[in-house]
Amino acid sequence: MQLKKAFIQTANGFRQFFPVVLGTMLFLSVFIAAFPKEMYTSLFGGNKFLDPFIGAALGSILSGNPVTSYILGGELISKGVSLLAVTAFITAWVTVGIIQLPAESLMLGKKFAITRNIISFLSSIAAAAMALITFSIISV
Amino acid sequence: MTKNFLEKIRGENLFLLAATGACGVLAIFSPGLAKNAATEFFSICVKIIPSFILVFALMFAFNLFSDSEKIKKMIGKKAGAKGWLWAIAGGIASSGPIYMWYPLLADLKEKGTKDGLIASFLYSRAVKLPLLPVMIFYFGAALTIIINFYIIVFSAINGFLVEKIIKNK
Repeated sequence: MQLKKAFIQTANGFRQFFPVVLGTMLFLSVFIAAFPKEMYTSLFGGNKFLDPFIGAALGSILSGNPVTSYILGGELISKGVSLLAVTAFITAWVTVGIIQLPAESLMLGKKFAITRNIISFLSSIAAAAMALITFSIISV
Repeated sequence: MTKNFLEKIRGENLFLLAATGACGVLAIFSPGLAKNAATEFFSICVKIIPSFILVFALMFAFNLFSDSEKIKKMIGKKAGAKGWLWAIAGGIASSGPIYMWYPLLADLKEKGTKDGLIASFLYSRAVKLPLLPVMIFYFGAALTIIINFYIIVFSAINGFLVEKIIKNK
């Protein structure tokens, strides 16, 4: 009896969030198809202060398996993009979700979703900066 | 009539309707792009199935065994340092796309979990233990360890800030 109740409860929860997940997947597919990976390198201008923000912004918009962010990050480094910008990019890739924002707002609340994404965006740059400062100290 | 229709359908269905509409418009004006998007969509569908099963199993287990009083104690409003550790460890252990975890987190939120702990969980998801070898290949072992260390530190800071800001709003 308890098993049945738990199953119905779970199924109801799934039924509620299924349209949200499906909608997010549709938006994501269109975005990935519209903006090929080759376009990303051209966004970085070589500015020491602006590039980390561009990296974090790009990571916030893009989504997918984190492996893709590592591969893209490796490509960006080979094209001369700063390590700080790339680190901000790979951190924001997983922690910030602009395309998922409507879904997050619907499920966890608008105030929570907006606050969390803004703080995560800034944190991704701060974490990248701290990581590289520590790395440069250790490397000396 | 339109107003009645919009009132009847819920926010989540409206969201799906908007996404489907956008794809429909794309198919009319740019069939090539729509075809690529469809390929991308099916590829995401295939990848997402294991996560779907995992989240369903976890939600089912939570609904079956969870005692909301116990959850409140562990990760509720009065949860101490252990609550933060649970949230961060849970985020690190979680896999699959971020949106797959929203229903479980919404469920936990309803049962009394702090906003800050949910934010910490979502931020610490950036630490991907199974993918560490790939990360090391691209960024080197030292930088990989340092980045992941700071992600864990910032997931706690993130949660703390979200909690403070939402409380004060």
